[in-house]
Amino acid sequence: MIMKIERDQRRFRQIVRGRIRQNLRKYVTHGEMIGRKGRDLVSIPIPQLDVPHFRFGDNGAGGVGQGDGEEGKPIAKGGGEPKDGQGSAGSDPGGGHLLEVDMSLEELAEIMGEELELPRIEPRGNASIVQEKSKYNSIRQTGPESLRHFKRTYLKALRRQISTGVYEPDDPHVVPIKSDKQYRSWNTIEHPQVNAAVIYMMDVSGSMTDEQKQIVRTEAFWIDTWLSSQYEGIETRYIIHDAVAKEVDENTFYHTRESGGTRISSAYKACAELIEEQFPASDWNLYCFQFSDGDNWGEDNDESFKILGERLLPIVNLFCYGQIESPYGSGEFMGNLQGRFGDHEALVLSEIEDKDAIYESIKMFLGKGR
Amino acid sequence: MASVETSNLPPQLAAIQREMEGYARGHGLDFFPTIFEYIDADHLNAIAAKGGFPVRYPHWRFGMEYERLSKGYHHGLQKIYEMVINNDPCYAYLMTNNSQTDQKLVMAHVYGHCDFFKNNFFFSKTSRKMMDEMANHGNRVRRHMDEVGVEEVEEFIDACLSVEDQIDIHSPFIRRRDDRSRYDFHGENGKEEAEGPPRFRAKNYMDSFINPRDKLAAASKEMQDKRREPKSFPERPERDLLLFLLEHAPLNAWQADVLSIIRDEAYYFAPQAQTKIMNEGWASYWHSTIMTRQGLTAAEVVCYCDHHSGTMASSPTQLNPYKLGIELFRDIEDRWNRGAFGKEYNECDDYRQRREWNTKAGLGREKIFEVRRIHNDLTFIDEFLTLDFVREQKLFKFGYNASTEYYEIETREFPRVKQQLLASLTNLGRPQITVRDGNYKNRGELYLEHTFNGVELQLDYAKETLRNLQKLWNRPVHLETVLEEARTVITFDGAEHDIEKGESIELAEGAQL
Repeated sequence: MIMKIERDQRRFRQIVRGRIRQNLRKYVTHGEMIGRKGRDLVSIPIPQLDVPHFRFGDNGAGGVGQGDGEEGKPIAKGGGEPKDGQGSAGSDPGGGHLLEVDMSLEELAEIMGEELELPRIEPRGNASIVQEKSKYNSIRQTGPESLRHFKRTYLKALRRQISTGVYEPDDPHVVPIKSDKQYRSWNTIEHPQVNAAVIYMMDVSGSMTDEQKQIVRTEAFWIDTWLSSQYEGIETRYIIHDAVAKEVDENTFYHTRESGGTRISSAYKACAELIEEQFPASDWNLYCFQFSDGDNWGEDNDESFKILGERLLPIVNLFCYGQIESPYGSGEFMGNLQGRFGDHEALVLSEIEDKDAIYESIKMFLGKGR
Repeated sequence: MASVETSNLPPQLAAIQREMEGYARGHGLDFFPTIFEYIDADHLNAIAAKGGFPVRYPHWRFGMEYERLSKGYHHGLQKIYEMVINNDPCYAYLMTNNSQTDQKLVMAHVYGHCDFFKNNFFFSKTSRKMMDEMANHGNRVRRHMDEVGVEEVEEFIDACLSVEDQIDIHSPFIRRRDDRSRYDFHGENGKEEAEGPPRFRAKNYMDSFINPRDKLAAASKEMQDKRREPKSFPERPERDLLLFLLEHAPLNAWQADVLSIIRDEAYYFAPQAQTKIMNEGWASYWHSTIMTRQGLTAAEVVCYCDHHSGTMASSPTQLNPYKLGIELFRDIEDRWNRGAFGKEYNECDDYRQRREWNTKAGLGREKIFEVRRIHNDLTFIDEFLTLDFVREQKLFKFGYNASTEYYEIETREFPRVKQQLLASLTNLGRPQITVRDGNYKNRGELYLEHTFNGVELQLDYAKETLRNLQKLWNRPVHLETVLEEARTVITFDGAEHDIEKGESIELAEGAQL
């Protein structure tokens, strides 16, 4: 039988892609809709891909079931898909509203890039980080038995036996001796790799609420998705700060809440130190993202600008500052930055009032193509 | 391929097939020759995604279904045991990595289905060469795609599929009106116009008395006036929306062809939806009878029981058609064996006497063969679902309780359980919608009416469906229905939806099924 299903499947995938592109703004804004599945896969809910029909609404939801129980006994949780006993009436099961589609992160990044019109990033500098790879493409005389090259060993043994006259065509026994044995071996191939380091900084002082952190998280997801598609390897680091800064893991980053004051310079300092220690600018493409509500201790601004201007801006590809509006209003730090550095090419400022602003903000951050 | 008449069964399974076929015939089952295809899971999923037909027209929804099936299979959530196609010869599929016991069970089950396809009245008008027809449909659609472009045809198919269930499932059996050709441009009026008003036959000299001139003139004027009045059609409400569109919508040749393909396939599949409970019940009855009486070896018993009971599992929220069907057939057989039917039995209200009723009538087998011939699910349930049966099978009606957000058991009262079940089977569990006017407001707009019976339509789906329908009709489309207990007309004019609420209606007590 001829398999014709591939064509339909391909067409379906195309439609799904189109649908995701149409609704990208919604997915960007509601990052929580996208579920991670392992390392490289995400699952995305697609609305109403099924063919619409005239059908009964939920107000008649009910049906006939079978089993024990008194009247009034709960049998299934509502809310989700209306369960109807009339599945027996022959309609297909599972014609729900949302369809979960698996997609690779790479594909998602591609759609995102096209829709947000993000320029490809030209990696900066030379690819001086060298990754070594082994490739089995040569032969040695010694080695472990597990790597013995049977064919070559046999041929060599055969040749030796023929040349020494031991070989009898009527009774073809070929017995290799130690010097016949051939082993597979590898060569090291050097493969230059362009890497990027992403450093997230966030203000965790009391004025940042969970809602703001959710915004940061959503932004970070899309930024990671895009940058991973542009570089072969990315390293991500997280720094939180109030009056002092420290490097933390991802989980702590999103779940810490401190109550102290705010000293942005502490984060800049920690960031600069991190870069100097682990990601020398000559080898890495550096991306710094800072999220804050913009409140800083007045006298700290000078210190902050000094570090930013001298130790960060000159070496990073991008320094993005996202000012998130908090219930306590928005601070002045953004204005100050703007006044001090103006249109520095590596600096991007974005004001994020609410969830809906995430889309534009990402476009701004990544739209520079650096 | 469909044209290959021999199956690819390995010899061992072919031997089993002959054995099972023999048993089935021995029980009086009567079926078309049945060809088993022996294929792997991936292949089976691909065919299942296409509704059982390996060659059909291309459409993305088959791809979607395939992804769903193969994902479910690879995650171990579901697998398809049997699939059988109503065709002559019947095609059935066996999955290669099923155990031999399973294959036996499936074969016995399949012969049940094949017998049902061949003998049940509601299948009598379906095409028995559907394998070939589907392949032809595929060719036709592909040719249209080559001519006008894949996307355009696909979009049109999507629009057609939106209303594919708007057919008149009884029309194959009833001739409601004469066929009309869409190429007949004269209309019925052409003839009359030439003839003028009817005259009585009269001899020449009597004519002016019998057919007075002024009366004739008046009649002729009346006819002309009538002709000038806006024509409204169809004459009677039309339930076959697809046919109506074929006859009256401004479709070009390829569109009409695609629409007729969708309609043919909808009519082909309709009886399967109409007889799901009976069909599965009948097949299960026979696999169970054949397997337990003849088919099983001692070594296979445990495996068989495991899978049989898995198929029969019932759930509180989903009535299992296999279970309901097989139990009803057994109940009928038992009752007719005992003679527990008819006036005398029905009028007896002594529970114990009813239970022990036995006239040794022995009519059970004969009766169930008759039932499988003349009933569909709706009449089957209506006729044979009894109070005793509902109690014994612990059936109940459930409903949604908004205050707890749970589905709860609402009642075990027999009439309400049965009512609910019948409601869910009426018109295949779909809303009844008829074409009222194809020339609404004398502006060529299409006016549909939903026959309201207590359950409202899902608004977002209805709106999207109207959008698709408008693509076919090309003029504004209207649907009269009831929303939030008020008469409502939903309109889509090609650009936007309009919802016009009318007076609210009184819900009769008990109308809510």
